[in-house]
Amino acid sequence: MSSELEIIKDPGVPAHIHRQADLDPKAEQKAERQVAILFALSSLGTLLFIYSYTFLSEDLFIFFPILGTTNAKQLFLGLGLAFALFFIGAGAIHWAKTLMPDEEVIAMRHEMRSEDEDRRELIKTAKQGAAAAALGRRSLIKRSLGLSLGLVGLSPLLLLRDLGPLPGKKLETTSWKTGTRLVTDPGDRPIKPSDLEVGAVAQVLPAIKEGGHRALSDIGKDAVLLIRLRQEEFQLDPERLAMTYQGIIAFSKICSHMGCAVALYEQTTKHLLCPCHQSTFDVTRAAKVIFGPSARPLPQLAITVDDEGYLVAQSPFNEPVGPSYWERNSQ
Amino acid sequence: MKYLSRYRRHRAAAPILLLFALFAIGTTFSVASATTTPEQSEFSRSTAIEEGREIFLKGCSSCHGLNLEGSAIAPSLLGVGAASVDFQVGTGRMPVADLSVQIMRKPPVYDEKEVAALAVYVASLAPGPEIPTDASLNYERDGSTAEGGELFRTNCAMCHNFAAQGGALTQGKYAPTLMGVEAKYIAEAMTTGPQSMPVFSDKTLTPEEKLSIIKWVKAVEAEPALGGASLGRVGPVTEGLLVWTLGIGLLIGVAV
Repeated sequence: MSSELEIIKDPGVPAHIHRQADLDPKAEQKAERQVAILFALSSLGTLLFIYSYTFLSEDLFIFFPILGTTNAKQLFLGLGLAFALFFIGAGAIHWAKTLMPDEEVIAMRHEMRSEDEDRRELIKTAKQGAAAAALGRRSLIKRSLGLSLGLVGLSPLLLLRDLGPLPGKKLETTSWKTGTRLVTDPGDRPIKPSDLEVGAVAQVLPAIKEGGHRALSDIGKDAVLLIRLRQEEFQLDPERLAMTYQGIIAFSKICSHMGCAVALYEQTTKHLLCPCHQSTFDVTRAAKVIFGPSARPLPQLAITVDDEGYLVAQSPFNEPVGPSYWERNSQ
Repeated sequence: MKYLSRYRRHRAAAPILLLFALFAIGTTFSVASATTTPEQSEFSRSTAIEEGREIFLKGCSSCHGLNLEGSAIAPSLLGVGAASVDFQVGTGRMPVADLSVQIMRKPPVYDEKEVAALAVYVASLAPGPEIPTDASLNYERDGSTAEGGELFRTNCAMCHNFAAQGGALTQGKYAPTLMGVEAKYIAEAMTTGPQSMPVFSDKTLTPEEKLSIIKWVKAVEAEPALGGASLGRVGPVTEGLLVWTLGIGLLIGVAV
């Protein structure tokens, strides 16, 4: 069988297929016109851009079929520039496809290695240059150069200082202390238990002194969600139940996964959903994680009422709020 | 007649005949199915309760129970108030057409008079939130757009999207878009907390604050697309879709 094996001849490059523009002068002119039209469209696009930038007012709104009422200036600025750039490309591609010569040519690759003469010249010039610099003799220059280069390389390392400062104890504590009133966010109104109906939620922040100001970094830890359920709907152990008040339960709004605000409360299923990565917490079981990437339930804020009947915190959070960090479990 | 028979085998004969048949069937159907508008009569409370009771027994009691006590598939309606009924029936959500994970808005089955009668009947059995009057819904005068924006972002935007376009909840539930929703229904939804939406009590979100929210939502609705095509106002998702399908598709189409 092996003797019948024929050596398949190299078929070579396939026959060149000529385009219409190569064969027919009229087709060539037609292709030229088409390219010219595409470039002309690009020029029109630029003119549209210049016109809309200079003459159209920002308050002009025009109705377009699919887009609705849009700002005409913005739309035509965008369309003008898009046409201008797109049709230059389209024209160039059409020109290359129809008119530019597309015969296969063979370009010979020349030797990579330099001539021997050039190599010898290079080595000689380099040695001469090194001898002229005489760095070996000029030790003062050598040392001062070394010092300056070394210090320059050190300066970016100094910028790494901005990775700090270390948070220290700041992540462990929030503004919630024993007796801090729960106030509405925004509005800063204190809340009575009778203000909330069953199935109601309230966005809550700790009360601050009159005329005081909340730092954003504090709000980012202190935000709390207040939810009212029926007392019977809770499936909590007595310790957790003591942290609620007449069916009102308070959770930190900061997700234990990545710190997004968890406030999507679904009244029918009693689930809290975090919109960022869809961690789902079951409110009836103290924000137990039932779906999603969160590793821990949301911290619960113990609440009760003060003498005037307003809701206050019984104690600070018993764990740090928000996502995990290295030192978290070592308190 | 000879004209018709001469061109009966013309190649355009079949399409023309088809168009004619569709047109004829369509007009016949719309004429035959036209409903007469009901007569307007005086609204009197006792007759309204009676009417409401009849409508309820006919259309709602199979799921909600003869005495509004609810059943396995429908909650009790005692204490939901006129506002709930007006919202659910007026927006067409009730009666339910497709009992899936969330009840969707659809064209209302009952007209205004019937909805009002139902609302009065349900409210007469147990007190609940009232339907907001037109005077109390003057959001142009009583609301503040800027405050409404802040309130919306704190209380509503996480479910309904920062531009009130609607958003997703778990397992197929969703918060619907607020574009094109009447102010009355927005107010009623905030007060009664339909389906997955929580209740926003009047003490934690005062009536003035509710009006501010409505004013802000209406301002967003009226706002034209300032930066060209808004593409649904959901940000990079639709813009990326446009670029990756239309934009790059166009470039590839030209270059290949």
